[in-house]
Amino acid sequence: MTIRTEMIAQRPAPDQTIGALAWLRANLFSGPVNSVFTLLGLYLLYLLVAPTVQWAIIDADWVGTSRDDCSREGACWVFVKMRFTQFIYGLYPREELWRVNIVFASFAVLVAWLAIPRLPFKRWVAVVTLLPFPVCAFFVLYGGVLGLPLVETHQWGGLMLTLILAVVGMVAALPIGILLALGRRSQMPIVKSFCVVFIEFWRGVPLITVLFMASVMLPLFLPSGFGVDRLVRALIGITLFQSAYMAEVIRGGLQAIPKGQEEAAAALGMNYWMRMGLIVLPQALKMMIPGIVNTFISLFKDTTLVMIIGLFDLLGIVQAALSDSRWLGFSLEGYVFAGMMFWIFCFSMSRYSQYLERKLNTGHKN
Amino acid sequence: MLNNNKLNTHKLNPHKLAVMASAGALMIGAAGVAQAETLEDTLERGTVQCGVSDGLPGFSAPDDDGEWQGLDADVCRAVAAAVFGDAEAVRFTSLNAVERFTALQSGEVDVLSRNTTWTTTRDTTLGLNFTGVTFYDGQGFLVSRDLEIESAEQLDGAAICIQSGTTTELNLADYFRANDMEFDPIVFDTSEQTVGGFETGRCDVLTSDTSQLAALRIQLSEPDNAMILSDVISKEPLGPVVRQGDDQWFNIVKWSLFAMLNAEELGITSENVDEMLESENPNIARLLGQDGNYGEGMGLEADWAYNIIKQVGNYAEAYDRNVGMDSPLEIERGVNALWTDGGLQYAPPIR
Repeated sequence: MTIRTEMIAQRPAPDQTIGALAWLRANLFSGPVNSVFTLLGLYLLYLLVAPTVQWAIIDADWVGTSRDDCSREGACWVFVKMRFTQFIYGLYPREELWRVNIVFASFAVLVAWLAIPRLPFKRWVAVVTLLPFPVCAFFVLYGGVLGLPLVETHQWGGLMLTLILAVVGMVAALPIGILLALGRRSQMPIVKSFCVVFIEFWRGVPLITVLFMASVMLPLFLPSGFGVDRLVRALIGITLFQSAYMAEVIRGGLQAIPKGQEEAAAALGMNYWMRMGLIVLPQALKMMIPGIVNTFISLFKDTTLVMIIGLFDLLGIVQAALSDSRWLGFSLEGYVFAGMMFWIFCFSMSRYSQYLERKLNTGHKN
Repeated sequence: MLNNNKLNTHKLNPHKLAVMASAGALMIGAAGVAQAETLEDTLERGTVQCGVSDGLPGFSAPDDDGEWQGLDADVCRAVAAAVFGDAEAVRFTSLNAVERFTALQSGEVDVLSRNTTWTTTRDTTLGLNFTGVTFYDGQGFLVSRDLEIESAEQLDGAAICIQSGTTTELNLADYFRANDMEFDPIVFDTSEQTVGGFETGRCDVLTSDTSQLAALRIQLSEPDNAMILSDVISKEPLGPVVRQGDDQWFNIVKWSLFAMLNAEELGITSENVDEMLESENPNIARLLGQDGNYGEGMGLEADWAYNIIKQVGNYAEAYDRNVGMDSPLEIERGVNALWTDGGLQYAPPIR
């Protein structure tokens, strides 16, 4: 009989239970059926990905300045490269682009400040972002003051216009939507019926109709020579439309708050706006984050409809570029680029909302 | 061209909507007609307000630098050159097929140069006037060279690719019925799909306006294998449009185009116009304002035509640069040649 005097050294777990191999076994090849499906899936993926990579990267043309530099075997990214400035800024004068850059850089800083939890003075930054900033931004972009040359809105375009439409639509629609939602739940008959009619009307017509009416019918009703800027028309249309949707999302959130909350607040002597602002809305809004972000994302993509009223948003300017006779036939590249840009923005919004949900713990998971 | 490619994807019928919109305009009492002093307003503003399409190869599309290029855009530049002596004093507004007439009626633009077909209805019921023809278009056919077809009359039984919702469908049906032939229509939504359908062999023939066929042909992977038949089955004269009720402005736009045509006929180009100032030819002297002031009647300076030719060029230069042999589209002059070369372009004399 032998007695070991020292401990046996810890040995690694058996090869078959850890590492990539084990993961593969457990997840992909745990049985004959699963193995077959895994292989089939891999094959389909190969069928799909290989030609895409071949087209978009391996066979693609990256250098050059005109269509003659493209072999047409793969993607011609030269087209996107040459048009990149236009896709981002539209027809904004080239020598004035710094103004757009300043506006968007400061907007990014403000939004980042609001989004990062550790930074102080949130309230003041929020006030600046909502009140003076849009006014300053408009004057910097539009010009006509302080010696800045005038850049009319018909020259705005590309990603810049898409962002302006989306941000203004979101920022304006949220407060209007909250008021409409509160109004619809109100006991006052006139307020209530106004809100119901407003919401049902704007929700009942397609956005494309709203834009179309704003661009084709409105000028005929206005006195001659008194034109409302197209961009303003589009912004008003989008905001009214969006606030009706927002109102219904928020009403859903309001209804999920137990009535006892409001009654308890009333018992403490709070008036209506205190009850709503301090007790009901904070709970309702954080619960509605997925719904609100969902509406924002759909608005972001809906802005492409302004194309029908002759505004060149990101998709519109790509299409206009495709009709340049020097660049005919590169529609796939143009659309892939526009799609990627939209995806990046929508995906970022979606990720941020998930982060917010975790932070505010809206799922009541623990 | 009644349609707009992009709109079709939204399943609207632009023609119907345009008629609807214009009917609306009439009910309200022709909102725009009140503006009779277009030239004064334009001079005060400092730019010509010009409506162009939102992207049509060769006629109006933004180039790499964001400048509007094309035959339609050049017509507006010519008007600006005549009025201000500065071809760049143009404010371009992109309009789709539906809103174009409203924009003109409401005064948002003062010249609509957006390949618009001159028809009776448009000329007489919308409170608008067509000032001339910048391009004689018509519906034609693109066929593969392999088929060895030379005339549209050999197309009996052919499968034909068409873009939906356009007047081309109607014209095609009329033509085949009139010639007692059969065809198999294959309808697509967008121009990319139409090209795709032709390329994959779903149809033998592709039909559209000839100016568009040239643009579609370039998008084929092997453009040289396809050819455009010389037969044209419809009349689509495209030209600039202005509001009714301002004859002075109407004259300015009309004669801006005539000046370009006369310049081509007299052999004056943007290159040689300065030498031509010395010319003994009385026609040239009158056109360039060396002998009498023919701009006066329109409220313009004597050198109005000189400025057009110097800055924009004559009709041939504008044509070749945008849609003709110097452009990727390579559309032959054909019926758009001068009357002296067997075409239809004919301008009244300046005297």
